Formats: sequence, C-alpha cells, structure tokens
Amino acid sequence: MSASDNTAPQDHGEDHQEGGHSSFRSLMIGFVLSVILTVIPFYIVMGDVLDNRILAVAIVFALGATQMIVHIFYFLNVNSRVEEGWMAMALTFTVLLVVIVMAGSMWVMFHLEENMMPAQEQIDRIQSQP
Amino acid sequence: MSTQDAAEPIEFYVRQSAHRGKGHAEHHEEPGTMLGFWIYLMSDCLLFGSLFAVHAVLGRNYAAGPSPADLFEIDMILVATFFLLFSSITYGFAVLRMDKSDLRGTQLWLIVTGVFGAGFLFLEVLEFSHLWHLGATPMASAFLSSFFTLVGTHGLHVTAGCIWLIVLLVQLQIHGLTRANRRRVLCLSLFWHFLDLIWIGVFSFVYLAGVLI
Repeated sequence: MSASDNTAPQDHGEDHQEGGHSSFRSLMIGFVLSVILTVIPFYIVMGDVLDNRILAVAIVFALGATQMIVHIFYFLNVNSRVEEGWMAMALTFTVLLVVIVMAGSMWVMFHLEENMMPAQEQIDRIQSQP
Repeated sequence: MSTQDAAEPIEFYVRQSAHRGKGHAEHHEEPGTMLGFWIYLMSDCLLFGSLFAVHAVLGRNYAAGPSPADLFEIDMILVATFFLLFSSITYGFAVLRMDKSDLRGTQLWLIVTGVFGAGFLFLEVLEFSHLWHLGATPMASAFLSSFFTLVGTHGLHVTAGCIWLIVLLVQLQIHGLTRANRRRVLCLSLFWHFLDLIWIGVFSFVYLAGVLI
C-alpha cells in the first residue's frame, strides 16, 4: 500500500517468518519437487513398471509423504521459526494424533476381522490343514 | 504482552514481538490471526485423518461390487492433481504480487487460481457422475461409502475455497489491498495450500494404492 513496501525486497526467502507466505525461490523449488514427486508415483502405477505390488505401494506412500513435507516447507512455509515455533508445534501434535488414529483403527479393526465368523475359504483352509 | 516477560519465569502464551518480520512490518500488526487459522486447519486435518482411517479400514470391503482397479481412471486423476498443483503455485504468485502492492497482478493470479480450482472441481463432478452412472454409488459397498465421504469432503472444501476466492476478489475490487484484505489473502493462501496437501494423501492413498492393491 505505502511506498515503503517497494523499498523492502521480498525475495529473500529465508527471512520470511510467516505461514502461507513463500518467496519466489521457495515456490519454484517446491513446484519442481512436487512435479517430480507427483510424476514418479503416477508413472509407477500407469506404466505398471513394478511387479512387486507391495514395493510399489511402499514407494507411492513414501513419495506422497515426501511431497507433503515439501508442501509444508515450501508452499505453506511452516518451519520451526514461524510464529515462534507454535505452528510447527501444532502440526507435530496433529500428525501424532492422526498417526495414532490411523494406526490404532487399522490395528483394532484387522484384529476384529480375524475374530469374525470365518468366510468359507478360511474354513476350507483350516480344514485342509494336516 | 512483551513488556512483562522479565517478570514471568514461564510463559504459556504466544509472545508477539513487534520486530519479528524484517522488512515488512505491516503483516505483523494483527498478531495471532495466522496462528489461529493454522489451528483451525489442524482441526480440519484431524477430520481428514479420521476419514482416511475409515477408508483404511473399509477400503477393501467391496461387497461383491466394483474395486478401485475397475473404477478409477488414473490419467484423469493425474490431470486433476496437476490442476490443483498449478493452482497452488499461481496462488503463491498472487501473494508475491500482493507483496509488491500490485492489485491488478494479485487479482489476475487469484483469477487464474480460481480457474484451476474450478477445473479440478469440474473433473471431480465428472468422475462422480461417471461412477454414479456405472452404479458405483455410496450405497453399493463400504469401500464406495468411505470413498465418496473422503473425496467428497475434500471436494466440498475446494468448493468452499472457490467461493471464498470469489468473495475475496470482490472485496479486493471494492477496497483494494487494505490490511484486512492482505490478511484474508494470506489466510486463504494457507487454506488453499493445505487442500493441495490433503489431495496428495487422497491420490496416493485412495487412487494409486487402491489401484495397486
């Protein structure tokens, strides 16, 4: 708004201390990394390059998690310095809760499924055992 | 608040020092807004985390219905992903133009962002109507119920973001780059980038892993 804005160069990305406020350099780094991290998992799935499905899923998840971290650092511009560390603190707490909710639900529900009435193929499998 | 820090040995509140951001003090005259909005986004993140957990539990209960490999068109998902990624970076450009106090540039980049967001929503509506046409409705199986809930909630958030964007454009047109409008632009920036982040989880976990498994 004021003339003083133009005297303050905004391109020194490391100096920014605010969420949602990236420099051109950090936007470009984030964009290039995101494109790479998006194209690889889609190529793995669409090109059907890996025979090992478990390995393919692991790679897709690992690249997805990496891209999330890239977004947090370069697009959302959240790091340990922003808002005196409270944004990173809230994020850490949320990630912890999400991990507990997801791992806990899957753990409990898969155990529950094991104890449900067995399907016909499970009965056959047990009966065919020596 | 910062005057009494010598007397207080332990502080459980957020301290706001006036000279944190070197060079652009005008963003710091409304302390706490960005942090508060971030706390809201984190609660939203918990909402999505629960929906992801539901999909993790129910995602393979097809009830003799169609599976992800039968339904999903991964090439369209790739296009939608790039729409959202482009909209993220164009929003970043809008914030950079705002830093230079360029109202026209800010509006232009925000419009480009909105077009990409609308394109993403169009592809999603197209996909949902296609699934519906195939009979893959939320009523068909637990997998489809959790799928429509998770992806639909994300789409609803993008819709809300687009409406916010339109309202913000009107406000920018009427009032210009006032301090309140700058704060709103930065809040929507967080919201928009956050939705892109959630979409990474959706395409990795629901679409790609769904087709693979």
